[in-house]
Amino acid sequence: MGTFFEKWFLLSDTAVKFFGNVSFMASGKPVNRSVVVASEPSAIVGVCRKILSKLKANRFSQEDIFAVHLALEEAFINSVKHGNKMDPTKDVKIDYLVSLDKVEISMTDQGNGFQPDNVPDPRYGENLYKTGGRGLFLIRSYMNEVEFNKNGNSLRMVKYKGKPSPAEFQPPTQS
Amino acid sequence: MTAIKPQISVQYAENATIITFTSEKILEEKDIQSIQESIMSVIEQAQRINLILDFSNVKFLSSAVLGLLIRVSKKIYERDSQLRLCNINPKIYEIFKITRLTKIFDIYPDVESATENQSKSD
Repeated sequence: MGTFFEKWFLLSDTAVKFFGNVSFMASGKPVNRSVVVASEPSAIVGVCRKILSKLKANRFSQEDIFAVHLALEEAFINSVKHGNKMDPTKDVKIDYLVSLDKVEISMTDQGNGFQPDNVPDPRYGENLYKTGGRGLFLIRSYMNEVEFNKNGNSLRMVKYKGKPSPAEFQPPTQS
Repeated sequence: MTAIKPQISVQYAENATIITFTSEKILEEKDIQSIQESIMSVIEQAQRINLILDFSNVKFLSSAVLGLLIRVSKKIYERDSQLRLCNINPKIYEIFKITRLTKIFDIYPDVESATENQSKSD
């Protein structure tokens, strides 16, 4: 989508003068970054702000931005609490790629990993009344692709612009 | 860093106690902990309470807040009291729906409808 305009903006100097908006111009080029942050819950704030402002510049909808924001927060808190166990000597590596039509984020902690398939579905039985265990489910619900490495300490998630999240098509099937 | 702004405001109406979250985003674990302590203390002040949690200012929350709400609802249940949630914006309501928490919480469109048909609290 928008490839004509993308090329035009990249080629045309007049676009800069005409729009005078660097962030809008920057939207034509994918942003690819790798950052390492401390194992404390507030350390995600700066990275989150950068990713979300790039999504906004790339004309992602408010729904998409909300989804990515939620997934980022949930993934990071999982890495810090369950992965690195709040150990201040351990870090979390975040790689992200934001292009015109998708955002891809990888988050790697220095913990022992886990088996995501063993995480129970928080929607049913006694799990519905538990005070935790919804983070991974929300990530899966709000992103389009979610996968872990074999060790379970690195998560990769992708959201495509305007593509509905899987949860919207999965009404509860059990009671 | 400690937030200076209070994170909840409490209003005592005739048949209900209304707690309004004052922040747009509820994310930080420390904030969630302090909100929880404040709510629990409001609950403990009455023998029975009709508690309404007003989300009108809240635009974003994490799953940790859902945990807080479940802890609050357990406390309410123990004290034979009543909990209602209201003014939840559509994006946040979606989180409740996806996680099926709409099955365990009484959710109302606004404070007025949440205060209707309340039994008298102590």
